Amino acid sequence: MKEQLRKIKEDAFAALNNAASAKEIDDIKVKILGKKGEITAILKQMGKLSAEERPAMGKIANEVRADIENKIEEAKAKVKEKELAVRLAVEEIDITMPGNKNPLGHKHPLSIVIEEIEDIFMGMGYEIAEGPEVELDYYNFQALNIPENHPAKDEQDTFYVKGGKKKGDILLRTQTSPVQVRVMEKGKLPIRIVCPGKVYRADEVDATHSPIFHQLEGLVVDENITMGDLKGALAVFAKELFGEDTKVRFRPHHFPFTEPSAEMDVTCFACGGKGCRVCKGEGYIELLGCGMVHPKVLKMSGIDPDKYSGFAFGMGLERVAMQRYGITDLRYLYENDVKFLKQF
Amino acid sequence: MDVPMSWLKDFVDLDCTIKEYTDAITLSGSKVETVKEFGKDITNVVSGKITHLEKHPDADKLQICTVDVGGFEPVTIVTGASNVFEGAYVPVALPGATLANGVVIEKGVLRGVASDGMLCSVEELGCDRHDYPEAPEHGIYIFPEAVELGKDVTDLMDMKDEAVEFEITSNRPDCFSVAGIARETAATFKKPFALPEIKLEEKAGGNAADMISVEIQNPEYCYRYVARIIKNVKIEPSPRWMRKRLRSAGIRPINNIVDITNYVMVELGQPMHAFDIDEIDERKIIVRNAKDGEKFVTLDGIERELDSEMTMIADINKSVGIGGVMGGENSKISENASGVLLESACFNGPNIRVTAKKLGLRTDASSKFEKGLDPNMSLYAANRACQLVEQLGAGEVVAGYVDCYPAVRNEWELSYSPEWINKLLGTNVSEDEMIEIFDRLEIKTDKAAKKVTIPTFRPDLEAQADLAEEVARFYGYDKIEPTLAAGTPTVGRKTYPQIIRGIIKDTMIYSGLCEAMNFTFESPKVFKKLNISENSHFRKTVEIANPLGEDFSIMRTTTLNGMLTSLANNYNRKNDSAALFEIGKVYLPKSLPLMELPEEKELLTIGMYGKVDFFDLKGIIEELFEKLGMTEKVSYEPRKDLPFMHPGRTADLRTDGKSFGYIGEIHPLVAENYGIGTRVYAAVVDVKTLIDNAQLVRTFKALPKFPAVEKDISMVVEKSIPVKKIEEIIVANGGQYLESAELFDVYTGNQIEEGYKSVSFALVFRAEDKTLKFADISKDVDNILEKLNTELGVNLRDK
Repeated sequence: MKEQLRKIKEDAFAALNNAASAKEIDDIKVKILGKKGEITAILKQMGKLSAEERPAMGKIANEVRADIENKIEEAKAKVKEKELAVRLAVEEIDITMPGNKNPLGHKHPLSIVIEEIEDIFMGMGYEIAEGPEVELDYYNFQALNIPENHPAKDEQDTFYVKGGKKKGDILLRTQTSPVQVRVMEKGKLPIRIVCPGKVYRADEVDATHSPIFHQLEGLVVDENITMGDLKGALAVFAKELFGEDTKVRFRPHHFPFTEPSAEMDVTCFACGGKGCRVCKGEGYIELLGCGMVHPKVLKMSGIDPDKYSGFAFGMGLERVAMQRYGITDLRYLYENDVKFLKQF
Repeated sequence: MDVPMSWLKDFVDLDCTIKEYTDAITLSGSKVETVKEFGKDITNVVSGKITHLEKHPDADKLQICTVDVGGFEPVTIVTGASNVFEGAYVPVALPGATLANGVVIEKGVLRGVASDGMLCSVEELGCDRHDYPEAPEHGIYIFPEAVELGKDVTDLMDMKDEAVEFEITSNRPDCFSVAGIARETAATFKKPFALPEIKLEEKAGGNAADMISVEIQNPEYCYRYVARIIKNVKIEPSPRWMRKRLRSAGIRPINNIVDITNYVMVELGQPMHAFDIDEIDERKIIVRNAKDGEKFVTLDGIERELDSEMTMIADINKSVGIGGVMGGENSKISENASGVLLESACFNGPNIRVTAKKLGLRTDASSKFEKGLDPNMSLYAANRACQLVEQLGAGEVVAGYVDCYPAVRNEWELSYSPEWINKLLGTNVSEDEMIEIFDRLEIKTDKAAKKVTIPTFRPDLEAQADLAEEVARFYGYDKIEPTLAAGTPTVGRKTYPQIIRGIIKDTMIYSGLCEAMNFTFESPKVFKKLNISENSHFRKTVEIANPLGEDFSIMRTTTLNGMLTSLANNYNRKNDSAALFEIGKVYLPKSLPLMELPEEKELLTIGMYGKVDFFDLKGIIEELFEKLGMTEKVSYEPRKDLPFMHPGRTADLRTDGKSFGYIGEIHPLVAENYGIGTRVYAAVVDVKTLIDNAQLVRTFKALPKFPAVEKDISMVVEKSIPVKKIEEIIVANGGQYLESAELFDVYTGNQIEEGYKSVSFALVFRAEDKTLKFADISKDVDNILEKLNTELGVNLRDK
């Protein structure tokens, strides 16, 4: 009997070692340990043994049962591990295939530039102001110290609108500067604003000109504002927009609504200031016009120039966007080809 | 303004490189655009002497020249020119030479004879007979006298020059001259500057005042008129140095008298005119306004019609010139003129500008005058011209002059405060340094009175801020310390409308749309393209008085043309699909003719084609309303009155019963008008309504604690019944536990009777305080079904 048990155990171990699936193991388990299994059959023969032999044999039988049970668990774990390995191997996918997308849209490159500049100035405490595009001559010219017959008026190739209380009264704004006047007129001081928007000038459409384009204007009015403040604010702005290494250069210039006036150049983005074809060897590229708000302009808008001073600046945005992205033709900006727009 | 460096150095002693010069003068406010180098592109062209000449054996029109170019061996050159001869000194382009327009000369063979270069005409050297009047009209340039051989002809012919091109701003009329730039240069480099004193011989004697009189009848337009007279005028080419300077300054040399007037104009900024004195009746110049409709033939031979706001130079009987613009053909200097009247006058700048514009005749003279010149320059300039006449031997100057100057322009005083200037600039410049800067600019200072006296050539200096700029310019903009304004702190943030606009934009981007920008003016023809009727409100537009053309002549009243044009661009470029949005304005007149500024209404416009349908578009719009917290406030109603939209596939967007936009399919005919051969969907939404109705404040609602009971119902209804109606009935009758009723299927086709559709809703019931059993809701479901039956006559497809 002892021999039989040993044989059962041996056979069971051999069978379990060869078992390839959970089902096979279960079958082995039923065959050996089941109610009608081999061990049960052996145990039924126990009655034939002497009272002395029985406990010893019982012990052996139980040990064999326990060993087989353990072996079954072990075999099960092994099979499971094997099955998992097979499944994982089979389930391998080509992860270089493209993802399933719900394609996002894209902002217009001009919008990206505008929002970035807005963010820079908001960080410095500026608000974003807005004003009309169809504008009165008063706001676009007169209140900016550009009287009738001023050459600056001609330079800007103004579009006039039919109607008005008198001829030439209503026009398409040639600059975002009228928003300055509208903000100053409200009389709420201090003022720190930027105003982006569309402006209009009678230029034929070509690779670098458009009769409709975008400008961004800035205005600060407070007590004790100096030209040093103007330089400081714009230097910070240039570094934020073009990078920490950007240097700025201020050149005297003329605008009727600022005095002193300046143009600000930034180091060429293409060569970093060494001089190249893009900057015509200058190392600098013109970015914006600026200056201290003309006392006459402050006064016309009801601000006391003896108490307050301020600075203003303005820049064309198409050029900034074109330079930043290397866009070679301005017309792309208004054709709205998705192949173009999706690049940004 | 092009300033030849050699000319500039007549006035200022400069000893720096051109780069140092252009950098410094740019930073002091006279911006250098570029430096033009003349003669630089001509290389390897040398002087040679033709030692032998023979006919080409195989070509009648060619000659073979043996040319000594100063080397060991003479060179052989085949030329087609007929004006060469043995012993002639000529410019020779050797192999490798570069000529004007980038032409490169190589060795060649002409009809079997080797040619080692080319003989040059002045044109091939980038010049013409205005530069070298002795050059033949056609043919090789022949040096008028013997020259050393093998020398660079650009040196021999005095071709090399350098001119600096400045961008002069409109406030600095004084800088439109060599002398003005010289004054700025001197101030920049701290060099002395003064206009030289002029001494004349006046060989003709007599007295100009006896020979001519001048009367100004319109002193508001003509401030001063100086006349000088020159006798025994000998018209001939001016000398090389003068022609060269004029050319470098961008002016074509003509003859000595014309060149002298142009020379003075460039040097001093004062335009001049020379009249034939015999053509001035009664020897009296009258400056007056033209008569309306007066006709006059200018020097260029063109008859022009004048009006009473234009200034004429006239005599007793007739006009002889348009003041400040152009002289008349009738008073051109004739060969046997007994004398020349030199006019040096000063006119009202804006008036000249308007006159030139009206006549379409912007001349060198008018473009100077329009800036507003200093009348105190007129006499000096006249004298300078006379000095040049004497120097060139172009004639004999009559003693004296006539000077009609009704209102003398005097210098003016300004007060200054060093503290104020420093406070504005953020600097600490001493008063003495300021005075020194003023001094360099010929501004006199009275330190005790804190007053400066402004010279009349600086009309731009009107107030203390202008003085501050002068201080800043010469102290150095670069030396002003950058600071960050302290002052009153302000909060920089977007306004509420700007925040809403940002959400709209972001939602569009997340929905897969690209942002478009379109022109805001367009052609009135777009209305026809959009199928808009003649009397539609869309046609009430803001019109541009001086458009670039009809295509850009009205401000848009609809954004759809721009959007459809952009979609058409994409369609024509074979993009399978395009989905765009634009946030932009339309311009709506409050009344016509326009008396006040129009309403500028901001619209969100969406346009798309490709693998999309109405419901893709509607989904985007619904997501937007959801994002803005206004889903509940919006209703969709069928809309059929928009001529550019598909009448069966357009929804009006309403809130509070008012329309604030529409979404739908573009009318097939309109899509066709734009050349788009597929279905196009568009939405137009008023942005202000979105701003006014958005609800960004959110309140937390507890998450459900108990499970829901779900029940799907399907029904067959008449096709015309909107699902919205069914949903409303379900919601109204669903009882207290109904949480949601969501449409999940609409079906027509097999098994469904013609004219009907199958509609399925998923109902979800939930209680806040217990787990529902079906028994709890069966009454509600029955109620829903009953109401659907009684109100819409529908039956459940399957229970």
